[in-house]
Amino acid sequence: MSTDLITLTAAQTAAVVADGSVSAVEVAQAHLDRIAAVDERVHAFLHVDTAGALAAAAAVDAARSSGVTLGPLAGVPLALKDVLTQKGIPTTCGSRILEGWRPPYDATVTARLKDAGVVILGKTNMDEFAMGSSTEHSAYGPTHNPWDLERIPGGSGGGSAAAVAAFEAPLAIGTDTGGSIRQPAAVTGTVGVKPTYGAVSRYGLVALASSLDQAGPCARTVLDTALLHAVIAGHDPMDSTSADVPVPDVVGAALRADVKGLRVGVVKELGGEGYQAGVRQRFDETVELLTSLGAEVVEVSCPHFPYALGAYYLILPSEASSNLAKFDGVRFGLRVGEDDGNPSIEQVMGRTRAAGFGPETIRRIMLGTYALSAGYYDAYYGSAQKVRTLIQRDFAAAFDQVDVLISPTTPTTAFKLGEKLDDPLAMYLNDVATIPANLAGTPGMSLPIGLATEDGLPVGLQIMAPAMADDRLYNVGAAVEAALLDRWGHPILEEAPAL
Amino acid sequence: MADTPSITRDDVAHLARLARIDLPPESLDHYAEQLGVILGAVAQVSEVATADVPPTSHPLPLVNVFREDVVRPSLTNSEALSGAPSVESERFRVPRILDEE
Repeated sequence: MSTDLITLTAAQTAAVVADGSVSAVEVAQAHLDRIAAVDERVHAFLHVDTAGALAAAAAVDAARSSGVTLGPLAGVPLALKDVLTQKGIPTTCGSRILEGWRPPYDATVTARLKDAGVVILGKTNMDEFAMGSSTEHSAYGPTHNPWDLERIPGGSGGGSAAAVAAFEAPLAIGTDTGGSIRQPAAVTGTVGVKPTYGAVSRYGLVALASSLDQAGPCARTVLDTALLHAVIAGHDPMDSTSADVPVPDVVGAALRADVKGLRVGVVKELGGEGYQAGVRQRFDETVELLTSLGAEVVEVSCPHFPYALGAYYLILPSEASSNLAKFDGVRFGLRVGEDDGNPSIEQVMGRTRAAGFGPETIRRIMLGTYALSAGYYDAYYGSAQKVRTLIQRDFAAAFDQVDVLISPTTPTTAFKLGEKLDDPLAMYLNDVATIPANLAGTPGMSLPIGLATEDGLPVGLQIMAPAMADDRLYNVGAAVEAALLDRWGHPILEEAPAL
Repeated sequence: MADTPSITRDDVAHLARLARIDLPPESLDHYAEQLGVILGAVAQVSEVATADVPPTSHPLPLVNVFREDVVRPSLTNSEALSGAPSVESERFRVPRILDEE
């Protein structure tokens, strides 16, 4: 029974809980058992809240017994990225500097999940403060890709994607600043969505780069991501950058799954050279598939996208160097070296930050400090902001011609742990296709489109839409997913080796 | 177009001081090399960032988001202090902030 429960989709789980054939407590226990069985090898979780999960599940069962109509995800377990606060539960952001911190408040995303009866199983591993593409920059050790435990699960949200891929949870929350939801989804054979900037509240999301960060859903199916998107999205007065507009009907779009007559643009600059042959092959097949489903596929040029990576690695470090200044050993987290002599507060800050931050965080803080410093500001940060304008113009011109844009999500499949750890630039290139959407604030999805022939590892398709048109991602994604499921006869994760 | 300046270990030491990160001296050369490589790659933005292009700092054109100035529930004093490394008299306790002399 419990094996069956962990393979259900979120939609199926909610249905069996709602009709009373299975209790939410049984569902939660089945996933806790799965975590106990496999997470020593996968290491998707930094903290498992067994008592809290079972109590939340029991509350759903009690509500059902008393005749309350349950919401569409009530009783469904979820893994929460450790960058979002959950009251009383350790929140580390993958960093030593926050080890042991228990936040005194819920993020808006967390509060909405609780209100919806979603059962939060625990907090997932991530690159420190969400900086990385492999989870190797976590202070608590990397997460392993369930497809091959020697390989990276993507990052920064590798823990969330791996939890979903390893059937430890049907749903997870990620955050995406430059691809941290979509890239892990691509390399683990799961679905991940970065909503339009401002669609999901950032209140309680520990900020990396405030003009780029966006939380979003991770799951094994497009419909499940849509159901989760609908729960977490919507205006929040606690976030001044939250968009006060209606949430598009993402669930309806996922159920529609019809691309007839839809105009699809293949981004000329995101493909070809630098992309693994097996990735290109699956992508080309998907283009043919979309055509066979009735979409009009054309090539579209976004001439400034090759400059997006450079702009991103100036804007992100600049914003991060400011946001991470709050980790100073005064109000929360680590404090180091207080008793060594009679140090000043500045000396203690310096010791605390050197001990508490890992090398990638230190690199980016110094990069940002440099880009913002007098004499270099115009050449670096100022130029990057201009490129941001050019990227937005590229998107606007493209969406005059087509309804959605597509590309491979990542240039390669999952690489080996350790392969790029000390080569920052090689690591950064993993995000080359996902970054433009963050700079423009537009939404993007990754979903699995097959396994690369040369290594048998998952390949992701990225779909991009105009701002506030997130529903188009779900419509196109669900259409591709249904056609591929028809072709394969089973979900792609059934091809992953048993853990 | 910006020339890519080479980053020296003194530059790294200066940046680390500005960022309040007490880096061990033996790490400075390695960071200098890596930062130089990264800056060399990102400097290409200046190729297209011409004077006629306005800068964009944020994806949403938001200005002055206000709310009503009303009292709402917030953290209690003890909740706000609950994560502090050191507390005294219901305040954050910090190391000395002035020079010794």
